[in-house]
Amino acid sequence: MLAFGQHFRRALGALALLGAAALPGQAQAQQAPANTLDAIRARGAVICGVNTGLAGFAQPDSQGVWRGFDIDYCRSIAAAIFGDASKVRYVPTTAQSRFTALQSGEVDVLFRNTTWTLSRDTSLGLDFPAVNFYDGQGFMVKKSAGVTSASQLNGATICVQPGTTTEQNLTDWARANRIQFTPVVIERLEEVVAAYVAGRCDAYTTDASGLAATRSAQPKPDDHVILPEVISKEPLGPAVRQGDARFADIVRWSHYAVLVAEELNITAATADQALASDQRPEALRLLGKTGDLGKMLGLDNAWALHIIKAVGNYGEIFARHLAPIGLQRARSPNAMYTQGGLQYAPPFR
Amino acid sequence: MSQTSIDPRSLRAPPKRPIKLSWSDERVRGIFWQVVVVGIVVSMVWWLWSNTVHNLEVRRIATGFGFLGREAGLPIAESLIDYNPTNSYLRALMVGLLNTLKVAVVGIILATVFGTLIGIARLSKNWVLRTLSATYVEVIRDLPLLLQLLFWYAILQGLPGPRQALHPAEGVFLSNRGLKLPWIQWEGAHSLALVAFLLGLVATIMYRRQALAKQIADGVPRAVWPVALVCLVALPLAAWAALGAPFTPDIPALRGFNFQGGLTLSPEYFALLAGLVMYTAGFIAEIVRAGIQAVPNGQREAAQALGLRPGAVLRLVVLPQALRVIVPPMTSQYLNITKNSSLAVAIGYQDIVSIANTTLNQTGQAIEGIAIIMLVYLTISLSISGFMNWYNARIALVER
Repeated sequence: MLAFGQHFRRALGALALLGAAALPGQAQAQQAPANTLDAIRARGAVICGVNTGLAGFAQPDSQGVWRGFDIDYCRSIAAAIFGDASKVRYVPTTAQSRFTALQSGEVDVLFRNTTWTLSRDTSLGLDFPAVNFYDGQGFMVKKSAGVTSASQLNGATICVQPGTTTEQNLTDWARANRIQFTPVVIERLEEVVAAYVAGRCDAYTTDASGLAATRSAQPKPDDHVILPEVISKEPLGPAVRQGDARFADIVRWSHYAVLVAEELNITAATADQALASDQRPEALRLLGKTGDLGKMLGLDNAWALHIIKAVGNYGEIFARHLAPIGLQRARSPNAMYTQGGLQYAPPFR
Repeated sequence: MSQTSIDPRSLRAPPKRPIKLSWSDERVRGIFWQVVVVGIVVSMVWWLWSNTVHNLEVRRIATGFGFLGREAGLPIAESLIDYNPTNSYLRALMVGLLNTLKVAVVGIILATVFGTLIGIARLSKNWVLRTLSATYVEVIRDLPLLLQLLFWYAILQGLPGPRQALHPAEGVFLSNRGLKLPWIQWEGAHSLALVAFLLGLVATIMYRRQALAKQIADGVPRAVWPVALVCLVALPLAAWAALGAPFTPDIPALRGFNFQGGLTLSPEYFALLAGLVMYTAGFIAEIVRAGIQAVPNGQREAAQALGLRPGAVLRLVVLPQALRVIVPPMTSQYLNITKNSSLAVAIGYQDIVSIANTTLNQTGQAIEGIAIIMLVYLTISLSISGFMNWYNARIALVER
């Protein structure tokens, strides 16, 4: 029944786009505001497009409260704009409905483990302000299959979700390595995982983060092995509508704020103390004590302080949501640049 | 021209009078309102269209069907035509369309056969048969189709893996990878034999018609079977032999992860087909039952009184009359099978909706993608109802 709901939602999403696109100029201003920041302020909440449910990234807990890596980023935007991280409305989007939801103005920003690619950046009317998680596509197999490398997958049946970069990476990889495979393409995450678990497929492929989340959700995670090969680059990050550079700046620098906070070793717990006693010039600028960095973004000067107090620094967000599902940060591209990773923020000045 | 040659009916027609350009003339009013309605519809469509185009441009969202020529890069598990991920989106959509037709056509045939049998069984004098088929109809009709599809798919996934596959006969394997059957290496000779068979079928039908017409004229029955034998068996065999009678068996065998070779019936296709056929057969059974019961009992009794055997009564008297009741609602069921096949997405069968959705998502061109899906279903559905309307007109009561 959920599957039907999903079709229905997708159909609605498409209709919403048709409808929104078909509206006359005046109504369009309400549907997809040119000035997202003003619209958010007037509404009193950020509307954030998130995953329908992916452990570690966006998932409602037993009380129905959304939690996860992407959720904390949604909260950081609300903290930056309102000084109150709870002023967020979450809209769950499927892989297929997410871009229409953003294009039509149904959501302000998309934090939905979305891969930044050239064609998405140019032909969807979207912008990707930052990369908050460097992912890569991998394979998971059952331990009992005795497979230790992706190169042994010739002739295998592979489960994959459609309509994502995953599907295209899989065919690219197979062509490059002359591997024959039979795809089983199922749209819903639960169904595709069930097909893999039932043995319909020999392997399941998606982003390594998704594999880790799926593996950790199995009754016996040790029965499944994530193969060492990473076959693609998946820079995941937020997406905003094209043509609103001011809001894109806010989303971009909110991410950099949590990175710089980690560089300066300022955490959610120590933020107030740092504000009172930290004398490092960049810390003073980040926390809004000196300089007018917040004003330049069109925000309060304490914007970054609000973010750090609400969600902590990048390391804290990662440790809170992604470490529990088995994702390593050390020696991965998501480590800080000072530790050999790719997470690097331009200077706050 | 004399007065007598005038068609008497024209005298009954209302007298012609010139159109007066006045509001009091009902014809002027009629034309006026029709122009207004057409104008409103056209301007609405134009307004929707131009606004859509304008807003897509403002949002810098790509438009147009240029993407159809681009490389698709999406993997497709089963295809009736050669396909690989380097082919274009157009080719991928063609594969999807053929997959939809594959399930719709086979589904319509099987559902008709199965549904008719159940419908007749419901009228059986045998209590067990009657009750069983009544229970079947009541249960199957009342469960949502999507649920049934997921049920079938779950059952098929519960089958053993390829290494423990059920192996009832040589070359036949049943596992959670589907049903594997022995097949032959398909070559040109086989295609030619198939064409010969189809031509033979047409020839047989034409001969049978002629034979029947002659029998009606002179009362002498003519045997059709020798002609059928020649056209349907000898002709294809000759075509096959003429090209060297190639025959290489293609026996599936377990190699590595999976079975290689042979004919595959995938679990996705089977689950979708089984779900659609079982579900629709429940409705068709009721339509068939209604059709048979709609024939007055007197017709049957009269036929029996003439000395016709029970089979002939059904074939010559009851069914032709029942069909007039059956065909129109049957059209709706055929349309339902076709449209319900779009539920394939839920269980991973790659039909046109599945592939168009993926295309839509990869290219971001939602409007074009949805338009393609609508166009495909509209075309298939109109073809089915066109054919069924033609058939209905053919079997309709000829009024004289």
